[in-house]
Amino acid sequence: MLHTVNKSPLERNTLESCLRLAAKGSAILLIEDGVYGALAAGQAAKEIGKRKADLKFYALGPDLAARGLSESPLVDGIEIVDYEGFVDLAAEYEAHQAWL
Amino acid sequence: MEEDDFNPEVVKRFMFVNRKAPYGTVYALESLETVLISAAFDQDVSVVFADDGVFQLKKGQDTPGINMKNFSPTFRALDGYDVEKLYVEKESLEARGLTEDDLLVDVEVLSSKELSKIMAAQDVVISN
Repeated sequence: MLHTVNKSPLERNTLESCLRLAAKGSAILLIEDGVYGALAAGQAAKEIGKRKADLKFYALGPDLAARGLSESPLVDGIEIVDYEGFVDLAAEYEAHQAWL
Repeated sequence: MEEDDFNPEVVKRFMFVNRKAPYGTVYALESLETVLISAAFDQDVSVVFADDGVFQLKKGQDTPGINMKNFSPTFRALDGYDVEKLYVEKESLEARGLTEDDLLVDVEVLSSKELSKIMAAQDVVISN
């Protein structure tokens, strides 16, 4: 399953719920305001770290750039993808769950 | 409203409170437009950035990749409209691992306690 999270973890509990419910082997792609969750200095960093062993994490590069976060340190292990990478992930995983 | 209800001699304290990140929703841009309109009425305007609103002032925003207008340079132009009171809540910055150096405009960083006092002294507060 590919999970997408598009809300800031400091405004909604979307990422928290996704991290709690995503099954092992899933991927989580942070998009739109969801990319704030990728920040190493953010409060979601610890929770992401706990699930790094059984989930893959990605963040959408253009959304990071728009928010001035291209140079900001991200949580270790989060891979930055572009829109083509987003399409590849959508094709790679059987299903998609959008956490809104 | 009667025409004579608006008295241009009366200056009210208007505070705009920005609590949303830019781009993910339209709130931040709409708030900025409202601030610019209010500046035309020669009122005592202040703008607050708290919670995810502090992200509106993050340096280095580069938006062509998401096909949206980068409105962050406008914050630097507020000074020219006599909107000089930009307050950022210290606690919100710290919770996001940001410092004043990460911001693209000169602001006054205030503690929640200090901000609370200024907020309580306003005539009109518009929250976004």
